Amino acid sequence: MAKTTRAAAAAAPVTPELEESAARAESRRGFLISLPAYIYLVLLFAVPLVLVLVYSFASRSSTGLTLLENWNIDSYRRLFSPLVAEIAVRSFVLATLTTLVCLLLSYPFAYYIATRSARARNILLVMVMIPFWSNFLVRTYAWRVILGNDGLVSQISRLLGGDEVRVLFTNTAVLIGLVYGFMPFMVLPLYAAIERLDWGLVEAARDLYANGWTAFRKVTLPLSMPGVVAGSILVFIPSLGAYVTPAILGGGRSILLGDYIVSQFLTARNWPFGSALSIAVMAVMLLATVFYFRAGAKTL
Amino acid sequence: MADAAVELVGVRKEFGDDVVAVDSMDLTIRDGEFFSLLGPSGCGKTTTLRMIAGFEYPTEGSVRIHGVEMGLMPPNQRPVNTVFQSYALVPHMTVFENVAFGLQMKRVAKADIESRVRRVLDQVQLGGRAEARPSQLSGGMQQRVALARALVNEPEVLLLDEPLGALDLKLRQSMQLELKDLQSRVGITFVYVTHDQEEALTMSDRIGVMSEGRLLQVGDSQEIYERPKSRFVADFIGDINIFEAVVTKEGVAKLDNGAEVRVPDGPTGGKIALALRPERLALHRQGEDVPPGRNRLGARIARRTYYGDVFYYDVDAGLDQLLEVKEENRPEIGTHDVGSEVTVSWSVEAANVVSE
Repeated sequence: MAKTTRAAAAAAPVTPELEESAARAESRRGFLISLPAYIYLVLLFAVPLVLVLVYSFASRSSTGLTLLENWNIDSYRRLFSPLVAEIAVRSFVLATLTTLVCLLLSYPFAYYIATRSARARNILLVMVMIPFWSNFLVRTYAWRVILGNDGLVSQISRLLGGDEVRVLFTNTAVLIGLVYGFMPFMVLPLYAAIERLDWGLVEAARDLYANGWTAFRKVTLPLSMPGVVAGSILVFIPSLGAYVTPAILGGGRSILLGDYIVSQFLTARNWPFGSALSIAVMAVMLLATVFYFRAGAKTL
Repeated sequence: MADAAVELVGVRKEFGDDVVAVDSMDLTIRDGEFFSLLGPSGCGKTTTLRMIAGFEYPTEGSVRIHGVEMGLMPPNQRPVNTVFQSYALVPHMTVFENVAFGLQMKRVAKADIESRVRRVLDQVQLGGRAEARPSQLSGGMQQRVALARALVNEPEVLLLDEPLGALDLKLRQSMQLELKDLQSRVGITFVYVTHDQEEALTMSDRIGVMSEGRLLQVGDSQEIYERPKSRFVADFIGDINIFEAVVTKEGVAKLDNGAEVRVPDGPTGGKIALALRPERLALHRQGEDVPPGRNRLGARIARRTYYGDVFYYDVDAGLDQLLEVKEENRPEIGTHDVGSEVTVSWSVEAANVVSE
């Protein structure tokens, strides 16, 4: 009996209702497939985020315990203190510089990779990713050796008859470390954007009397903007909250947002303020991302 | 030669170590003519066009435009413009900006750019769509923008790389007429690359047929269709019967069914290949008079195919292949039933002796 009704349903003409129910079944299946990812994100991302949000309105006992009572916005008021402003500006400048240097170094390189033969491309892409095979911490410590007072940089300088170079524990060292660490995140999206570029358009520009540079400026660059936007976001955001690199290469001399947030949780034991800082940084990043995507979309 | 727009002398193009895209190419394209490079894909016609445009440089030989040696001159310095197969309209620019691009690069005064772009857009009936993005236009419109973008620069030579390839049949046919009209109006030399033999035949002043990197024959449409010199040219353009014969004395050849036919003068002995268009063969019922002076073979109708305006007959004349005969669908000509005995005839001049 059940068999016959199903057969009858299959043979029935397609009505709007049937189509709708098929569409519903389709979206149900889609939801089921993505359920594991949903659970993962909710447990490990959404819940902690809500916790941080809740903590940012909590109060702190004199011994440094977080009290889930006396809800207030004092932590957010503190964000406008001169110290926070100074740290935020310093972090922002450093993240911007990191992004710019990454972009300037990566664009020609990504362009170079994207215009090689398929074989050479794969080799070069693997080379970009090789650093990921070893631990980030180890690689950052390696920079400490290279930049140290008796490190490679100083030795070369001395060989050339100069003085020893004091780079380690300066903002320059942090910048070098950040650029080094995040450059693959710039190269890869740039490569992806340039690689799928329609070179016929560049030829068309050349055909219409544009020299190589003008064709690049008018056609190649605008068409690769999605890669520039994606790469810049991927570099800017982690740079803004970077903690490990400044800690190892900056020597804790100039505090950045990442250090400051960590110190609120560990040394100062002020979780509500640390939470408020985190929320504020996230909000700024979100706004910056939206703004950047909009700007990027407009150039296309 | 003052009236040569493009000259290719001994041009050879290699890609890598073992690919020869174009070989021993000698070609003179006259000023103001509509010249088509015709051939199957991979025959080197697009590479030839790209060498004229400056996107590729010949491995050997020279390219001259109006007598000026092009050498390694980059595309932006050559007096030519290209209409690309995929149109290659810049997506982040409006129709107006796309068309104005070349003039801006040449630093033409702003007011001039404005009026010239408007004029050419009107010419291609896109006056109202100047502010649209290419993606908002239909394929046919994009095609016309690509054309306008090239024409606005008034190039000495316009290169067109299968510009109608992506359009559907109806649109393609109307664009063919438009392009031909436009070309005779502006008087610019057109070098037109296509694999569509009908397109080449109907539009061109002259055609160059290419195969495997070589230019096989150059001539006007009628020469190419009616006097093909090689089997490839005969076969590539239109339908044709090609069969072998052995010349017994000048003007007479023996077919492989033993029949002797008269052939155009030329070879005095040895094997030849005869090429005959289906519409140049005639069928006669038994007992019907065959006009004098024509070659004739006894045959039997093996197959009849109805195409509406014409009938195609495959007839068995005892050769190693069936002969294809095309007859108009008109009552006074009549039809022949499958299996009936007929005589196939053709005039001596209708046959072409072609090389392999």
